[in-house]
Amino acid sequence: MLGPVLIANRGEIACRIAATCRRLGLRSIAVFSDADAGAMHVAAADAAERIGPAPPRESYLSIPAIVDAARRSGARMVHPGYGFLSENADFAHACAEAGLVFIGPPEAAIRAMGGKAAAKAVAREAGVPAIPGYDGDNQAPERLAAEAARIGFPIMIKAVAGGGGRGMRRADSVEAFPAALAAARREAAAFGDERVLVEKFVTRARHIEVQVFADAHGTVLHLGERDCSLQRRNQKLVEESPAPGIGPALRAELGRRATALARAVGYVGAGTVEFVADAEGPPAAERIWFIEMNTRLQVEHPVTEMVTGLDLVEWQLRVAAGERLPFTDIPLRGHAVEARLCAEDPARNFLPSPGTITRLDLPEPGAGLRIDAGFRGGDVLTPFYDPLIAKLIAHAPSRAEALERLASALDAVVAEGIRTNAAFLAQVLRTEAMQAGAVDTQFLADFRTRGATA
Amino acid sequence: MAELGVPVELTAAVWKIEATPGQQVAEGDVLMILESMKMEIPVESPRAGTVKSILVAEGDQVQEGQVVLLLDA
Repeated sequence: MLGPVLIANRGEIACRIAATCRRLGLRSIAVFSDADAGAMHVAAADAAERIGPAPPRESYLSIPAIVDAARRSGARMVHPGYGFLSENADFAHACAEAGLVFIGPPEAAIRAMGGKAAAKAVAREAGVPAIPGYDGDNQAPERLAAEAARIGFPIMIKAVAGGGGRGMRRADSVEAFPAALAAARREAAAFGDERVLVEKFVTRARHIEVQVFADAHGTVLHLGERDCSLQRRNQKLVEESPAPGIGPALRAELGRRATALARAVGYVGAGTVEFVADAEGPPAAERIWFIEMNTRLQVEHPVTEMVTGLDLVEWQLRVAAGERLPFTDIPLRGHAVEARLCAEDPARNFLPSPGTITRLDLPEPGAGLRIDAGFRGGDVLTPFYDPLIAKLIAHAPSRAEALERLASALDAVVAEGIRTNAAFLAQVLRTEAMQAGAVDTQFLADFRTRGATA
Repeated sequence: MAELGVPVELTAAVWKIEATPGQQVAEGDVLMILESMKMEIPVESPRAGTVKSILVAEGDQVQEGQVVLLLDA
């Protein structure tokens, strides 16, 4: 296999990628901003390169800084992780220009799936049903309002270049539309692209996504689905695989749709095809629609790793080095659930809680429990980056056992100096709705409202 | 009328200033938007009044408890 590998990221994902590199005997190189010089991900790699000041734009989002660091370090491959430059086609291009192997899909596939509107056009051509909406070039407010009325309220306005829940605004009526559009536009501008699209809003929805994997020799396969319905402000907090209520026939149909899309754009490597499922009634193929494809590794990839027994980062590295995927049909074993331990205060509307983690005790990993951490006691969480401290992932023969194992692991978390959502997550995992697999994307908001009035 | 300092709830960067000096604001109006840990956090006016002065600029780093705006209220 090719090496060394420059890891163009930070936090838990950089640590996790470094661990696989080490297991495979590949040298890894971390990058760090001035805020991260003493960070855990720097210690996790074999070497490290400074890439600039703390603001992401000047460091983790700077293509020249990262390409320079790769050149200086003697890296041959670049793993972008998730977030930052992971879905940036210009970055993939710059890596190729510099003679570096970008660990991800071809630049053209990133571009084809990069915009939500472009992705929906691909879906139309591939015969994959997408959520009803308007994704045209005419961005005049009157035209967008007219399209919203045609689709029928409630609708969601989304930044074409958005992600991570930003640049999204819901409007329930024609009167509420202009203010929602203005807010979405303002957030969209942060992505450097003010264009928006308008989509049907499924009032009670589940978020279901399919992990796809492709090599450069024509093999495209799927590794089952994940349910990521437990969200706050459109950000996932708990993810699981398999998804409750998805049987073999529906899994095969979603897998067919996901691999059709991957084939349509000449996909290579790990990717995720996201769907929205109408949660009124049990999941049904005709009430599940494609929304977008993430052309990178997902935060929640470990639940798929737990049920398949595969190391997805290992296969990303192997595929990027030109190897063939040696398997076709992967059996799924047991049930896996992940929770995102974040520095935020559930009692104050999930207000971020930056600061020094004066003490951090995470449970010991072991049989059926995996911990992907990015921080240790004594580390500083700065306001510059996201609040994810660690991911806790439980695996068990049954869903009920996996949920309880994860809740118990969260009970054992001790964090001082900052607020975390550990106790809140444990409480949510033990709710009747979660135990019954009856959670939709509004659940957390409703749960908190009920909690406040109780 | 008394001068009232508006503090921020957390360490963050000032992303967007919505209020302008001299502006009449109602309780709950968004004065500015902070960004911390990839989230936007609005700073709302604690009561009705007039914006007297703004003590920070867009892009500034602010600390928890720091007064960012003075209100005549």
